[in-house]
Amino acid sequence: MSWLLGNADQIVQITLVHAWYSALPIVIGFVIAIPIGWLANRYRVGRGTILAVVGLLYAVPSLPLFVALPSLLGTRILDPANVIVALTIYAIAIMVRTASDAFASVEIDVLLSATAVGFSTWRRFWSVELPLAGPVLLSGIRVVSVSTISLLSVGSVIGVTSLGYFFLDGFQRAFALEIIVGIVGTIVIAVIFDLLLSLAGRLLMPWNARPPSRRAVRRAEARTLVEAA
Amino acid sequence: MIEFRSVTKRFPDGTVAVRDFSLVIPSRRITVLVGSSGSGKTTILRMINRMVDPTSGTIEIDGDDIAGIEPVGLRRGIGYVMQNAGLLPHRRVADNIATVPVLRGVRRKDARARALELMDTVGLDRSLADRYPSQLSGGQQQRVGVARGLAVDPNILLMDEPFGAVDPLVRAELQRELLRLQRDLDKTVVFVTHDIDEALLLGDQIVIFTTGGIVAQAGTPQEILAAPADEFVARFVGADRGKRALHVREQNGRPVVVDSEGRAAGVLVPDDAGLGARAGDGSPADGSAPGGRPEPARDGGAR
Repeated sequence: MSWLLGNADQIVQITLVHAWYSALPIVIGFVIAIPIGWLANRYRVGRGTILAVVGLLYAVPSLPLFVALPSLLGTRILDPANVIVALTIYAIAIMVRTASDAFASVEIDVLLSATAVGFSTWRRFWSVELPLAGPVLLSGIRVVSVSTISLLSVGSVIGVTSLGYFFLDGFQRAFALEIIVGIVGTIVIAVIFDLLLSLAGRLLMPWNARPPSRRAVRRAEARTLVEAA
Repeated sequence: MIEFRSVTKRFPDGTVAVRDFSLVIPSRRITVLVGSSGSGKTTILRMINRMVDPTSGTIEIDGDDIAGIEPVGLRRGIGYVMQNAGLLPHRRVADNIATVPVLRGVRRKDARARALELMDTVGLDRSLADRYPSQLSGGQQQRVGVARGLAVDPNILLMDEPFGAVDPLVRAELQRELLRLQRDLDKTVVFVTHDIDEALLLGDQIVIFTTGGIVAQAGTPQEILAAPADEFVARFVGADRGKRALHVREQNGRPVVVDSEGRAAGVLVPDDAGLGARAGDGSPADGSAPGGRPEPARDGGAR
């Protein structure tokens, strides 16, 4: 307990850094994956190739990638940019397929009618396709969020600040409490990010949280009648 | 007036959807393109707003070749209503109706005010303005679709099987409404359907397709029923059977009209009101086209 109090500053500090280093790849990966996913969906011929290549990125083991990136990027070995770039690559690997599925989930009739009433391709993308792909994109970014937050811990092995430091340090010192702090911290960040994402989804896509369908209402009414009888 | 001149559409996969099609679609009349699926009727409709460009031939609107008109701008000036209404599910009803005016740069507030007026026009309660399309019934959604098609007050309204997905009662109501709107608003309507009853009810001019955009017959409902061009048309309109094959039987000295099954369909009354076969034909809105009736197609293309 005294360890917790004595290191509270450091715990909070590292948790915030962990949150920040996770947020960057989540957001950057999302932004990059959307145009790639859109292209993969639009040009059916290239779809298989794009998805296969991007999917393979996820097969690259994280530790070698962290170590290899400095020579590829010209960064210093301890630069957090290495880990952020690596996690962005993983985020893209997950997100491109989801983005492609998200755009495929938009009803073709809606797109057709948008074109028919005079949306240009550009305008149709921003005001019809992107918002309607939103629910599936949201579910994708929630997966990316959790995965990125947990993967970042591995960065501690090459000396980049993250909650992984507490696992490593606790493990070496055989000090369970420190390991638990690392785990709980990671979970807390993941839960908070997830809540923020679903809140953003609800604010940005109010049509998606529709009130119960008429059938559901009727079923509920029927149940009340049955119970009353 | 919309004029097709020997229009052919061949898709990249080699399918010929429309072959050497020529037709004059008169202004301020309802022209119905009717045929089964694969007959090319929807392709023809979509060529009018350049959703599909012809492989050869020309299409003119009021004498201007539309190949020279920028497609996005052209589409914003033509109303379009499709099956399942094609509404934007993430926009509220009023915003859906205001879509095209907003695309054309009308201020959102003004476009919304106009949208509310249009809701009155198509018989929608204004209290539905802030609902999402999924919260409306199929018939209501279709009315929103019609309101959206009318939002920029276009001269031309394209309707692609607009009432195909609603139940028969609602469809009958929407059809009556369309005829009422047409009397009030005087649009040039091009209407695609596979339902011959709908075609006979709505059309001032009907074009019946076989397959591949080949016209079996074009003319007024009366002309088609009175003289089907061939066996195919006769079978398609059902002129030889059921409720269309009517004949007169004497009953206690009065003539009663019965169908091919012998069921009573009505009685004969003198034609003193001077009405045509279709209710509403005698409306004063008729003044625009010479002769009152739309001119039949110049060239049926049936060969």
